[in-house]
Amino acid sequence: MKLALLADIHGNLEGLTACLEHARDQGAEAHAFVGDLVGYGADPVAVLELVEREVAGGALAVRGNHDAAILDAGSDTMNRAAEAAVEWTRAQLGEAHRAFLAGLPLTARRDEIFLVHASADRPADWTYVSDPRRAGQSLAAAPGTWVFSGHVHEPMLYYQGAGGRPLQHRPEPGVAIPVPAHRRWLAIVGSAGQPRDGNTAAAYALFDTDRRALTFFRVPYQWARAAAKIRAAGLPELLARRLERGE
Amino acid sequence: MSAVSTGLQEGDVIDGFGVGERLHAGGMGVLHRCSPPPDRPDLDFPLVIKVPRLGPGEPSESVVTYEVEVTVHSVLTGPHVPRFVAAGDLARQPYLVMERIEGPSLKEWVDRAPLPATEVAALGASIATALHAVHAQEVVHLDVKPANILLRADGSAVLVDFGLARHAHFPDLLAEEFHHPMGSGPYISPEQVLGVRWDPRSDLFALGVILYQLATGEYPHGAPTSRRGLRRRLWHIPRSPRRVRPELPEWLQEVILRCLEPQAAGRYASAAQVASDLSQPEQVTVTERGRRLRRPGPGTLLKRWIMAAGYEPSPLDRPSLQLATASIVLAAVATQHRSEARFQALREVVGRLMAVGADRRLTCVTVIRPASELAGGSAEEAGTSQRIKHLVLLRNWAEPLGLPPERISYHVIESSDPAAALLEYARSNQVEHVVIGAPPADVPLKGTFVSTRVAAEATCSVTVVRPRFTPG
Repeated sequence: MKLALLADIHGNLEGLTACLEHARDQGAEAHAFVGDLVGYGADPVAVLELVEREVAGGALAVRGNHDAAILDAGSDTMNRAAEAAVEWTRAQLGEAHRAFLAGLPLTARRDEIFLVHASADRPADWTYVSDPRRAGQSLAAAPGTWVFSGHVHEPMLYYQGAGGRPLQHRPEPGVAIPVPAHRRWLAIVGSAGQPRDGNTAAAYALFDTDRRALTFFRVPYQWARAAAKIRAAGLPELLARRLERGE
Repeated sequence: MSAVSTGLQEGDVIDGFGVGERLHAGGMGVLHRCSPPPDRPDLDFPLVIKVPRLGPGEPSESVVTYEVEVTVHSVLTGPHVPRFVAAGDLARQPYLVMERIEGPSLKEWVDRAPLPATEVAALGASIATALHAVHAQEVVHLDVKPANILLRADGSAVLVDFGLARHAHFPDLLAEEFHHPMGSGPYISPEQVLGVRWDPRSDLFALGVILYQLATGEYPHGAPTSRRGLRRRLWHIPRSPRRVRPELPEWLQEVILRCLEPQAAGRYASAAQVASDLSQPEQVTVTERGRRLRRPGPGTLLKRWIMAAGYEPSPLDRPSLQLATASIVLAAVATQHRSEARFQALREVVGRLMAVGADRRLTCVTVIRPASELAGGSAEEAGTSQRIKHLVLLRNWAEPLGLPPERISYHVIESSDPAAALLEYARSNQVEHVVIGAPPADVPLKGTFVSTRVAAEATCSVTVVRPRFTPG
């Protein structure tokens, strides 16, 4: 089975649909959404409704910190632009959308696959898994062989060496990386809605569970359109510029 | 990890592959002849099956090196690696089936060393060509030694055993895993001693050790096993090959010692450039390195020791980035059809290509008609004077580029089929970019032109250049 893993969509419908279309062409049969469906982007309703349909059809989804912030008006751990986006998003969503977000679990597991938006080590603390040490902590707390996460927007593959220490590998887009089951792996699948590594293309990963191979993809999409919608919605200018520059 | 190998015996069948006679038992695995499954008529070449030594009592490295070998070898292609056929599942029965290379290993030549310079150069050029083919696929071998180099009957080299290799596209399972440097004591590069595992120039150091060994019969840095002994090569300068064997030419010593430079940046920038120098000794720029008989004095050693102490790995992290700085550019200069506007246009494009990589090399080539086709006089004499005339034109064309001699070479090829000659030259010298002039605008039958055929048939990039203003 080929499982498409999408994280940090952040209300970017153009990014999400481009990734889903790409995944379909690659033969993806299932989807998993690894948190932060909303926040930053101008299409939270459309994104949520699309994901909700996918979940109804069997897709996995977990909650991200932005999804949680929509529900919890008291949270104040975000920067000003993010906070403004959360407030704006909150106003766009109806009761059904909030109920869907509230129903999302912090983690999800299917067979040997484990999903968590940030770190499996206290998931609600939203720790950034941004180096091998933190990846090791997340792996130690996570069940399963393959752990997929987001939160950090830059695609990265962490793996356990024979010495037990976690190591990191910066994936080359489009290369199928063998991820055999006798090791444990933690993949940051990249952001489908707000790439931050200087490349404007949306990111997602495809896990072939039969071949045990993981491929990270970059998908060029209409970021100009997504940025124009952000400006038209009156969201902070910074959020439009991030999509234009991929940073 | 719970991979336990029961070992395979002659007569066993695994996934349809028949295990034949045992050929070799090495430190990491056992090699057997192998027959293909009956439903694989496509496997019509000789096969070997390699079974790693795994399980209780075997070092944990062998599991990882087996994984690395399968991952890296399975994506390598071309005549300089054995064709990969199949691999077994690690949890069930690990094995590796590949093409059987009939040729002997380089050990046979090493046993006969010292060898004549021409033989050393020919072997070295073959090995360098094979290394470049692997580096161009984002792989550094990192265990280049005579036992891992097989030679086909046609003299071309095949690299085997990718158990310590590094492919830039895959997680490095061997990074930081083991506490001692991996590789073979005499051949391991200084940066490998320090744990650097991405640099294709590490393989050039090993090639330098092999060349030194073939030329002198000795190891340049001995065969240490301790970390301290291995670290010595970070600053130590080996005895000059010409001090061991005074009859060795300076150009060969130049090539050998340049490969053995402790800092990777001091070595050749690519294996293709080593192959180029070894196959065209007259083009080697001999420096003090090639002429020296004695080791440099204590001042130089101290400087090298200080540099070694402050060793900084390069910021690049994959072979392709290194090779991109070091490609060979071929300028096809039509010296027999002199046109200043065309020459100028060609030079501008070549100048821009050469400006972006400090280690790029330029090969200026012209193809002239064979002397035998020229009328009158002694054919040989006429040929020599023709070659000199066109060499002068080539040098004159390149002069405004202002490239230092070690970055440029000149070749006059005699052939009645210029396109074929250029294509063959580009292929056999690992040229990465051919720059060639377009045919004039006003001539008919463009399809028959040299540039058209070169652009269509070359295995590398080709830029076809037109002057902005074509004189009538």
